[in-house]
Amino acid sequence: MKFAFFHLMPYRPLDFAERAKHRSAWVVLPNRLYDPKKGAEEYASYLDQLTYAEELGFDIVAVNEHHQTAYGMMPAPNLIASALIQRTKAVKIAILGRALPLTANPITIAEEFAMLDNLSKGRIITGFVRGIGTEYHATGLNPAFSHERYQEAHDLIVQAWTRPGPFPFEGEHYNFRYVNLWPRPYQDPHPPIWIPSQGSSETIKWASDPARKYPFLVTFSAADLVSRYLNMYRDSARAFGYEASGDQLGWAAPIYVAESDERAKAEAKAGIESLFNQYLHNPWEMLLPPGYMSLSSMKNTMKMRKALGTRNRDLTIDELMESGTVVVGSTQTVRNRIEQMREKTGLSIVVAMLQFGVLNDEQTKRNMELFAAEVMPKLR
Amino acid sequence: MPELTQHCVREIDVRMRRAGTGEILLFLHGAAGLPPWTPFFERLAAHYDVLVPEHPGFGTDKHAGKIRNVADLAMYYLDFIDGLGVPVHLAGHSLGGWTAAELAVRNCSRLASLTLIAPAGVPVKGIPTGDNFIWGPEELVRNLYHDQRFADAILARSLSEEEADAMLTNRFMAAKLGWEPRWFSAALERWLHRISAPTLLIWGADDKLMPAAYAKAWEAGVPNLRSAILPECGHVPFVEKADETARLMGDFLEGGSA
Repeated sequence: MKFAFFHLMPYRPLDFAERAKHRSAWVVLPNRLYDPKKGAEEYASYLDQLTYAEELGFDIVAVNEHHQTAYGMMPAPNLIASALIQRTKAVKIAILGRALPLTANPITIAEEFAMLDNLSKGRIITGFVRGIGTEYHATGLNPAFSHERYQEAHDLIVQAWTRPGPFPFEGEHYNFRYVNLWPRPYQDPHPPIWIPSQGSSETIKWASDPARKYPFLVTFSAADLVSRYLNMYRDSARAFGYEASGDQLGWAAPIYVAESDERAKAEAKAGIESLFNQYLHNPWEMLLPPGYMSLSSMKNTMKMRKALGTRNRDLTIDELMESGTVVVGSTQTVRNRIEQMREKTGLSIVVAMLQFGVLNDEQTKRNMELFAAEVMPKLR
Repeated sequence: MPELTQHCVREIDVRMRRAGTGEILLFLHGAAGLPPWTPFFERLAAHYDVLVPEHPGFGTDKHAGKIRNVADLAMYYLDFIDGLGVPVHLAGHSLGGWTAAELAVRNCSRLASLTLIAPAGVPVKGIPTGDNFIWGPEELVRNLYHDQRFADAILARSLSEEEADAMLTNRFMAAKLGWEPRWFSAALERWLHRISAPTLLIWGADDKLMPAAYAKAWEAGVPNLRSAILPECGHVPFVEKADETARLMGDFLEGGSA
């Protein structure tokens, strides 16, 4: 099993009373609430944590992209990846991921990843995502064309990495007379492409296609959904006529380990609840702008929402633990939870989010150390 | 209320309401989709052959793939009008007004007149539209009306599953056409001088979606235009000020003063 230490880089010194006056911590939260002096300290702490992860024996350190939000301070995750290349020696560096449809020129994404791959001598793992719905409010990009642009940008980037240039690219959204990447990627044929997702049958089928075999990471989902989607991937692979390997199956979740279950819950509570209720929570107009999901998926989602009723209260850490969306407990509990998921799904990638919400540096450090010393070795 | 019929133009069939006799008045609806047949349409139908088609991609996504932007929709309605074979009075509300104007800058030869009600399409820098895509469901309805009794009545109604589906479909198509740039096309304002048909512009003074201040851009650009700003009225004058809007249109279409 491989372990990634994943960071969102939340802005922890947030004024939560002010946050409560706005519909979201994304897009509309006034940026006067960001204090650059405090923010700079946050970056310093988080870079230290990511660097320390290599020392602790994590296989991968991972970052990601979000825009105009206190939820994560990485609108440009490649900048962090570049800093990590200089501060680490052998650990893989995963950018999970870049939001392909948001850019007017996906060649820049191909170029930047190729540069990072050269700078790191082949330590880069890339992630291709569409961004969450709020990203389409933040960038103004039309969500109706999100899927089309993702597919086209994907094709363009992979071709830019693999086809001898210069060649022309003729698409609906992207047209280039010359595609001719300098530098080419260090890894042959190109850096691995991972697909972090909250799951959709179309995405799973596409990622598991033998032409791609992209590792699929289920993120921020209840345990039964993680299991369902990873098994959907395995079934899809079988339908294509091959057996998916564990290296194609991953799970990303907030994890907190302490000496006992009680202590773990008490220490993780503020961080977990702030993550889900203050940082992540969005009204559906922001989370699911029209076109972000297909019309049929959206109709089903709306019907489910109508049946379940809309959530107008905060989630508790107990509910999140109960559903298995977060993994919190003693070393034994956390080991068991991951072991159970491996048994159910065959996964061999665990993307551990060991800092979340307002969790402070000291607790994050202990969490990382305990996870690395007591959880990882026994699962390898 | 006239029955919904199918109307087919070059292999794109859409639903349409049609009533009345006289010269044709073609009404292009806004982003919310095919409007109910209200007294406003009844009044127009007393003097005109009123056609209210549903835009392709609205109501059902059957033809959504054929319309990628408002320019496509305008070309579709040029085909639509050609198919009718006679000149028409063209009217449009909001997204429909934008579409009507895009059509008119391309070809006015079959337009007897043009009525634009709170049209999208031409922005004024420094005055953003309201963000209908970020507003919550209740907020959206409330922001469309000045007199909140209209909003209350709408919010009190519960939607059938079919209506909820159609509403979602319309929201998808509206985003496709109007999300970016938000509710305008960069080129339209440059060509407003090509609108040679006599034009009536109607705007609610308290429009929180398309601010009434946008009227000045149309007044500056369209050569033969008269405008009426209705006080205490939001984004949907033909609902909120139905009599007034119908009277203004009636006077204008008969060649009187607006």
